Amino acid sequence: MAVPILKQGPFLIATIQAALTDTDVLLLQDDVMAQVTRHRSRGIIVDVTALDVMDSFVSRSLQGIARMTRLRGAETVIVGIQPEVAFAMVQLGMAFEDVLTALDLEEGLALLTRPRKEATDSGG
Amino acid sequence: MADPTDVTDGHRESNADLLTQLVAHLRNNRTQLRQEWARRIGEARLLTALTQEEIFSEATSVYDNYVEVLETGSVEALQDYARNLSERIIPRGVETEEVLGIVLLLRDVLARSLFEKYPDEFNRVLDVYEPAANRIANTVAINFVTERERVIRQQQEAIRELSTPVLQVRERLLILPIIGVLDGQRARQLTEQLLRAIRANRARVVVIDITGVPTIDSTVANHLVQTVDASRLMGASVIITGLSPEIAQTLVTLGVELGKVNAVGDLQGGIEEAERLLGYQVSMETPALDAPTG
Repeated sequence: MAVPILKQGPFLIATIQAALTDTDVLLLQDDVMAQVTRHRSRGIIVDVTALDVMDSFVSRSLQGIARMTRLRGAETVIVGIQPEVAFAMVQLGMAFEDVLTALDLEEGLALLTRPRKEATDSGG
Repeated sequence: MADPTDVTDGHRESNADLLTQLVAHLRNNRTQLRQEWARRIGEARLLTALTQEEIFSEATSVYDNYVEVLETGSVEALQDYARNLSERIIPRGVETEEVLGIVLLLRDVLARSLFEKYPDEFNRVLDVYEPAANRIANTVAINFVTERERVIRQQQEAIRELSTPVLQVRERLLILPIIGVLDGQRARQLTEQLLRAIRANRARVVVIDITGVPTIDSTVANHLVQTVDASRLMGASVIITGLSPEIAQTLVTLGVELGKVNAVGDLQGGIEEAERLLGYQVSMETPALDAPTG
């Protein structure tokens, strides 16, 4: 199932709605990069609220998206990681060291619209 | 103990006869042997947590059970009694070695009496008496230890259920005071609880206070790092407070990597830091203490 990507001002919002196959994930990566380039976006929010499992391929790909978009000058924020998912991820050693995270869409937007320095401060 | 396959029928029968005789002897001398036993318990300073009367009444029950097991060879009744006894005496602080000690004492007292009575049949008495006696000692000890473990498990459960509260002190600021020993299971439970609270309270900053944690080793430190990472995945920054000077020294000596963790000396400092992160500005006006009746 493809992931819809919505444009919201200078930001893109990608809401994952069901478990992703590996193909979907790669497609999402391509899509995001294409849209970031087309819309010259400043930030991307990937909403994973609907995921109750996140395997290592998905999390590595999300991390990849964050790094790629940064090279295009756009920050990626992963929002809506569920408690169980967060716990499983740290246990597997996938702590998203260099990726911004926020509680939900609203928080993610707030993080992106905040002045640059502060955003990087609290996101980790 | 003779190999059972070597024993002829006649032999077995005579052993059974002998057992009946032994049991009869022990029954007939019940009072005297029981007193002898109680005296030796006192001499060995066992069961000091119980009164003389209690020791005597328990001794009577144990004695009767003991002889019954010798006679029937079935330990079921004894098992029940041993469990029941353990339940009663564990809260009084009776130790494993005391329980085992008194059973072994009883074994010796009875054996001595039997040898006196049958001085010429030393080996046969041993053959008949020893296996049963050993099984009794085993049964009582195992039941005592099992019961003790059950009590310990129950207490662990109780401690675990004393929930660790997650408190909201400001909008979007949570405090998690940890008191007591952190093991793997508790750390996990605590993290899950915290993550749920972060979602429910939409927290952005969490202060974890570990003043009440007596010791921290590398395992516990890693649990803390995991908690910090998981909270960050949910969009909340974590501040750890209350690392005592000793613990700080230990952690550095152990080489535990806590560089990524935001640590502040005490809870007050942690809350101030959190307020700064959240953009609160606390200012003091004229102290309210001036007008206590107001």
